[in-house]
Parts: sequence; C-alpha cells; structure tokens
Amino acid sequence: MTDTTDLIAAETVERAPAVGAGETEELLTLNMGPHHPATHGVLRLLVTLDGEVVKSVKPIVGYVHTGIEKTAEDKAYWKAIPVVERMDYLAYYFNAMTYCGAVETLLDVEVPPRAQYLRVIHLELNRIMSHMVWLGTSMLDLGAISMFWYCFRERETILDLFEYSSGQRMHTRYIQVGGVMEDIPVGWAAKVKAFCEEMPRRADQYAAILEKNEIVLRRLRDTGVVPEERMLELGVTGPLLRATGNAWDLRKAQPYSSYDHFDFKIPVGTVGDNYDRFRVRHAEIYESVKIIEQALEGLPEGPYITEDRKVALPPRHELATSMEALIHHFKLVTEGFRVPPGEIYYPIEGPRGELGCFVRSDGSSKPARVHMRDPSFVNLQAFGEMVTDGYIADFIATLAMLDPILGGIDR
Amino acid sequence: MPDAPGLELIAQDLRQADTESVVDTVYFRERATLVVAAPAIRTVLGQLRDKGYGALMSVHGVDYWPEEPRFGVLYELLDMDEVDRITVKVRVPGDDPTVPSVTPEWSTADFQEREVYDMFGVVFPDHPDPRRILMPEDYEGHPQRRDFPVGGEPVHFTANEHDTPRYWE
Repeated sequence: MTDTTDLIAAETVERAPAVGAGETEELLTLNMGPHHPATHGVLRLLVTLDGEVVKSVKPIVGYVHTGIEKTAEDKAYWKAIPVVERMDYLAYYFNAMTYCGAVETLLDVEVPPRAQYLRVIHLELNRIMSHMVWLGTSMLDLGAISMFWYCFRERETILDLFEYSSGQRMHTRYIQVGGVMEDIPVGWAAKVKAFCEEMPRRADQYAAILEKNEIVLRRLRDTGVVPEERMLELGVTGPLLRATGNAWDLRKAQPYSSYDHFDFKIPVGTVGDNYDRFRVRHAEIYESVKIIEQALEGLPEGPYITEDRKVALPPRHELATSMEALIHHFKLVTEGFRVPPGEIYYPIEGPRGELGCFVRSDGSSKPARVHMRDPSFVNLQAFGEMVTDGYIADFIATLAMLDPILGGIDR
Repeated sequence: MPDAPGLELIAQDLRQADTESVVDTVYFRERATLVVAAPAIRTVLGQLRDKGYGALMSVHGVDYWPEEPRFGVLYELLDMDEVDRITVKVRVPGDDPTVPSVTPEWSTADFQEREVYDMFGVVFPDHPDPRRILMPEDYEGHPQRRDFPVGGEPVHFTANEHDTPRYWE
C-alpha cells in the first residue's frame, strides 16, 4: 500500500505547479475540440485560462489531413482538379481556379473571354455561398438560430444554380484547364438574374435582423482586435485584413480572369474588430452580386474552352468524323497533356483571403508538386493574438469571424 | 513582377552585399525567381524587405528527387505598394536538409515552415516551435517526399487490427 501512495505522491510532485496571478489563483488549461460545433470543423484548441480571461491558445490541426497534395502528384493534370477542389470545401470553384490558372500559366494557354466571364460568375456565386455558410454558422455561435435557416436557404438557391450549370452541387469540376466544362444551359442566365435581384433584398433583411440586435452588437464590437501592421506581419489576407482598413484585394490589385472589366468596390472596415469583419463580409455580398450582374450582361460570345486540342477535349461530334480528334481524345483521356517544366505560384482572391496554388512541373503529364497556400491555414496563426487577454465568451465569436475551414487548413 | 533586367538588377544589388548570396536567377512565364544560398536566406529576405517586398505570402517545400540538391524551399514575397511579386528559392542537399528559419523576422512563416518540416523533413534550426503540424506527432517519415509511396500505409479497422503487431498500444 505504501508503495502506491508513494508513487502517487511522487507523481504529484513531478508535475509543475501551474502559475497564476496570485497565490490563490491558478491557470486552467482547457481542451476544446477536435469535436466541437463552434470550431467550424475538426479544430482542436488548447486554451489557457486565468479565470474567464484567455491567456494563450494553441491551435492543433491535422485531424482531416487527407494528403490531397500527395494524391494530386499521382494523377494527370486534369484528373487532379477534383481532388484539389476538395481542399477548402466551401470554395471549390476557387481551388479549381487557382490550380487551373497555375497549369494554364505553365502551359501558356490563352483562356477564351467567354470562359473567363463564366468563371467569374461562378466564382462570385461561390463567394456568396461561402459567406452564407459563414454568416449562418457564426450567428448560430452567437445564439441566433434562425439566421442559420435563412442563410442556408440562399445557399441552397446557389447550389441549385451550380447543379443546373454543371450537374453537381458541390465539387463541381466546372473549371477546366483552358476554360470551363461546358457552356451554360438554356435558362440558367435568367435564373441567375432572378437570384441577383433577390440576393440584395435578402442581405438587407439580414442587416435589419443583425445590425440593430443588441446581442450581436455587444458581442462583436471591440472584440478580437489586432492592428493592421501585425495582421500583415502574420500574413493575414482577405476580409480579416480589409476589416482593419487595408483595401488589399487581388481582384483589384492583380486582376485575373477579366476582373478588371467589372465595376465593383472593396468594402473596408475601420477598427478591425469582429463587427468590422462581419460588416466587410456582409458588404462583399452586394459587390459580388454587382459583378455577377455585369458579367451576365456583358457575357461575350465565343468558345467556352480553349481550341487547343492538345489541352482540351475535342467536341464529341468531331470524334465520329475526324481521325485527328479521335487521336487527341485518346491521348488526353489516357495520358493527359504534358506540361513544360517549370514552377508557378498563382494567387487569387478567395473568400477567406489569398488562395494560391504552387505547381511544379517536371515535363511529364503529372504535376511534380502541388501546394496550396490556403488562407485559413495562414490566418489561423493570428487567432492567438486576437483572443489573448479577452474573455472566453468572445473567443467563440472571434473564431466564428475568423471563418476557418479545416478542409483547407489540413488539406 | 520585376521584368528580366529588373531581376538581374536586384540580384546584382544582393551580390554586392554578399557575393555568395545569389546563386542563380530564373525568369519564367513573367515570374522572377532568385535562387539563394541557404545560409544567406535571412539576410536576403531582409534586404528584399528593405526594397519594398514587405509581405511573405507563402512558403512551399519541394522535393526535386532524384535531383541533387534534393530539397527546395520557396518564399513568395509581395510588394503591396508596387503590386510586385518575387520568388526566393533555396536548394538544400538530401543528406543535410537545413535551412535557417525566417520565423523570427516573418511571423507568418511559423506554420508554413512547420508544414515544410512535416512534409519533407527540412529542418529549420531557429524555429521557435519545431514540431509537426499536420501529421500526428509520433508519425515516422515525411509523406510528401517523392520516394514516399502513395497508399503505403495500412488503414486500421476492427476487422484487421490483429494483423498489426502490438496494435493495442
């Protein structure tokens, strides 16, 4: 018996005593997650608390690491698109866009204007969809359950549009190297127009519900503030950076896919607190609607994918009459196209910030390295500084306004 | 992007400060890349920061196997005022993959260098928190290496757990 007690005593002594503010206080280490509804995914957070005040946070990620980058190395360039899309599962058009953009730059392929416009329409619909999921789930974290239903109603409308144009609701594989999968179906444009008329009204309703709501205001205002300079040092981009007043948006700064053809504004905040983050994303919905309307209005005629038969599949009807088309089809489907050796980093503005894809080609038909610079992964580094010395109750609100997507973080 | 002569001018400036620093310049598809000797990476990134490239947007690890030097670490720098990007690349040999950590100067490199270590086994000696980030802490090997096979690891289910030696641990 004595042996056991001695062991227990020894163990108690071995453990370092937790240091607190005074003799009667001590720090509490709290494990949050990986399964926690407010973590927006499988995120584990080790939180050190001094009473109600957060002293430090250690994010632990990797629970949904599926080796997508490794898998992509084992597939032909065009067959890697579906796996790459599955990284950040709320921004699949963006993932496909940045990957295809990188491969197109390596190939030096020109994307036809119609394809660029169709990409923009889908990217902006995807941005609204992503913001809808963010708004619904983050307001759920603040206790507003009806917002969740409203936002998911709009999300469903967008997913129906995706299904209409590509056959899939999520992970659509719509964006291809050299263009898009197929032209928009008859009647789709009218449905998108109807959605564009409806969406600003819905966004107005959300504003009416939330912006005069005492609970929302008190929980979001002046919480989670990190100054702009520090945000830049931490590599934070997207709505989080814009909320501090820095109007950095790659759609304006380095326009890709014809974004310079459209007239839109970049919403910025002033203080950089959670309320500004909420307002910036909310205002982005209106801007995205404006871009979609303009892109539909000015949608150019012409091919929807490059005519370069070495990269894009020939039209189905040519296979019956043209031997050359048959050869191209066979080569593309079996081996895929070969890409000249080189390395490219291709950044675009995702819903959460700079989403970049690095592709290294060794000259074969499979990418030698695919790496995604995911904004959630980089932005998560700022989370500790946002919540330190704040209350544990603000912690969840700040995490919701950070909008991390664990599929993108872990890849 | 700096154009090809602009890239050479930057390389010249850096070589004037340290003749050993810039190994090579690559200009490909209108993207500029500086290839830098691994020991000089911190000073080179510091000098580029003084030139205006104040933001480090991304750090990638690359395995050039079977080429030597085997590993590459790429730093994507961005000048937000001029809207200009430049890539800085470091190549390190496979038997001693060591790159000085830039995390003390660039906080954003923290997670990204950990990811490069996790996936490729490139060591960053001065990193404040040199642990794995995506793979489990007790994992052996570095899965993004080119000689690491895809699907080489058995998946554990209740049905096949007895095939794994000491599965209960």
